[in-house]
Amino acid sequence: MKEKTEAMASVSVKRASPLLRVEDLKLYFRTTQGVVQAVDGISFVLERNQALAILGESGCGKTSLARAILRLLPRNVHTYSGRVELDGVDVMPWSEERFRREVRWSKISLVAQAAMNSLNPVLKVGDQIAEPLIVHKGMDKKDAWARAREAAQIVGVPTDFLQRYAFELSGGMRQRAVIAMALVTNPDLIILDEPTSALDVLTQANIMNALKGIKREFHKSFFLITHDIATSSELADHVAIMYAGQLVEWGTAEEFYPNPLHPYSQKLMASVPRLREERKLDFIPGRPPSLINPPKGCRFAARCPQRFSQCDQEPPLVEVAGGRLVKCWLYK
Amino acid sequence: MSAIRGGLRQLRQYPSALVGLGIIGALIALAIVAVVILPYEEAIRLWRGGEDIWQESPRYAQPAWLNLFTAKKLPETIVVSTQGASVKPSPTETAVHRLSASKVRSDKTVSISLAFDYRYDDFPTEITLFLDAKYAELLPYVALRWRTPDGREISLGERKLKGIERYNISQDTRLERRLGGQPPEIGLFVSPGRQSPLRGRYELRVEGTLFEENADIDAKLIVYGKVYGLSGTDHKRRDLMVALLWGAPVALAFGFIVAVGTSLTTLIIAAIGAWYGRWVDALIQRITEVNIILPTLPILIIIGTFYSRSIWVMMIVITLLSIFTAGIKVYRAIFLQIKESPYIEAARAYGASNLRIIVRYMAPRIIPILVPGFVTLIPSLVFLEASLGFLGLGDPVLPTWGKVLNDASNNGALYKGYYYWVLSPSVLLMFTALGFSLLGFALDRIFNPRLREL
Repeated sequence: MKEKTEAMASVSVKRASPLLRVEDLKLYFRTTQGVVQAVDGISFVLERNQALAILGESGCGKTSLARAILRLLPRNVHTYSGRVELDGVDVMPWSEERFRREVRWSKISLVAQAAMNSLNPVLKVGDQIAEPLIVHKGMDKKDAWARAREAAQIVGVPTDFLQRYAFELSGGMRQRAVIAMALVTNPDLIILDEPTSALDVLTQANIMNALKGIKREFHKSFFLITHDIATSSELADHVAIMYAGQLVEWGTAEEFYPNPLHPYSQKLMASVPRLREERKLDFIPGRPPSLINPPKGCRFAARCPQRFSQCDQEPPLVEVAGGRLVKCWLYK
Repeated sequence: MSAIRGGLRQLRQYPSALVGLGIIGALIALAIVAVVILPYEEAIRLWRGGEDIWQESPRYAQPAWLNLFTAKKLPETIVVSTQGASVKPSPTETAVHRLSASKVRSDKTVSISLAFDYRYDDFPTEITLFLDAKYAELLPYVALRWRTPDGREISLGERKLKGIERYNISQDTRLERRLGGQPPEIGLFVSPGRQSPLRGRYELRVEGTLFEENADIDAKLIVYGKVYGLSGTDHKRRDLMVALLWGAPVALAFGFIVAVGTSLTTLIIAAIGAWYGRWVDALIQRITEVNIILPTLPILIIIGTFYSRSIWVMMIVITLLSIFTAGIKVYRAIFLQIKESPYIEAARAYGASNLRIIVRYMAPRIIPILVPGFVTLIPSLVFLEASLGFLGLGDPVLPTWGKVLNDASNNGALYKGYYYWVLSPSVLLMFTALGFSLLGFALDRIFNPRLREL
């Protein structure tokens, strides 16, 4: 696994140490039915000023991966292991307090799933955006508000909206406010967990444009979690496909979108509707495997149209042309 | 916060809430008036001072304003003194007392005349004469004569004076016998052959003989009436107004402090339990379950009987007993739901501390539920305080409504027909409860639909 991540690193711009390097990250949950292997040995590298899109269907562990990176763990954690390196420093051994102070919102901030609901209903939007500054930097309210106003301008929230309460804002405005909240402490990396789900297409486009602007002007990195392939293509420099707790494919956006390699990726891309095209939407028969007791060998084998005998064994992460990685026996 | 402000704005649409607010405002005004016109030390002195302070007021007197509603005018207390005559000011002066006290001193004699007009339809309750003699060695000697408006003269005997003497005319059994078996307060006032008092000018003459140069005599006659002040008096001649006035700040402060104390503590403890979970939550829940089955009043009675009846001790005990109650269960249930909401998750993600999450994120969500509960909690605490007073477990020092009821009950007020004694503190208590309940119910109606929206 180690050499694989180095292979991935070599694909990106060479630097002494990448912004974020994740190695063999595991996050298992304990449930009454057994242990859920939500994130099962994931490795990747994310450089500065890059956006990595994680694609996958619901329940494949995308959100758990984001939480594992930010160490936002629920109570029923069974296993939490691996390396999370920030600027070359492994932060896994850090204490919860140090992690809270030096990582969350200082280096990495999160736009959580259902972000529209992640605004405190009893705080004014401005207070809410300023809150991470007050919490983290101990800034006084006036300065924090000034910064909140700047952040709101960047994402396109009119300044007078800051005096309102969350329920007085539209979904898109709330989403922007949450992104402003993630931006306000000026972190290097922003994890966006489905930032445009539950929004209409125009609002989606607006928000994606705002994110692109932020990436261009402020040189932020994004870790974009989505199941919306079309949206992801707007922002992503790299794409990673996640299936049943594992990464099954990794590559640059230019190479991935026209030509997905893994059978699952191909099926995923085929399920995207296109305008004015007489085509039956493809879908994948069967269900994703249970993460409590995942099948031996390739986890996609049961649903894969191209499976063959070797699929009973765990496939390796194969490097193919152009530095792309794919976890499939077909490319060995 | 906006929900609360909006809720308060909506209050205007509920007439019952406005009535409730009006009553509460009046009670607060009463409490302020009480504290301003009757400072604490003064109130305690008056209430605990005993008979000397209340020498000039009658026992068991009804409120004077009752005379406005009855054809039969009950007597007020008349005080005639050689040291400045006075009548307790009364809001419904039904008769102008033309009082006159005169003292004529010659070489060896003093002649005192204490005269007053009596224009009531009922007999007084008591007559007492205070005689104050100044002398060096030889005791002065006085002869007392009572003159009725129709010119009859009744001798009240003769006596030697030793310093300050109190002659309780109405308990003079010899006089009673001479008056044909009638108690003196009736016998001295009755018009002959009738059952009603004779109206007109009465006079008590004190003819003193002095045996020394510098000797002197002063006299004060008190004819105790049956009505007094705005709220009447009790068995110790105390003006009930002292207790009725001071009952308001005591009851309100008690209710408010305990309600604030319990509500906030319950809120915070429930939030802590829900947030930290595990053994913290389990411990809080078990304590609550045990505490819920503990009976509050018997515990308070035990503490009052064996330890202390101080209002502060009672307040602390009541607060402690009311923290771990059903409220914790209700708040916990809501907090468990709030805890999982995305904005708490987000707050945790950007590194808000546990304390900040509990205080700034979770607690404010409960306030719309807390406010009506808090408002309706106050009257129940006011009643609890009154119950303790009624059971004889009130603070030994403070005059409170509950203690007035206790005195009334101990002295058989209802049996003897002293309704004012029971009614005035009860009405105040009921008004307090009514005011807070009207407001509380209105707040409940306002805030509860809101909960769905939040």
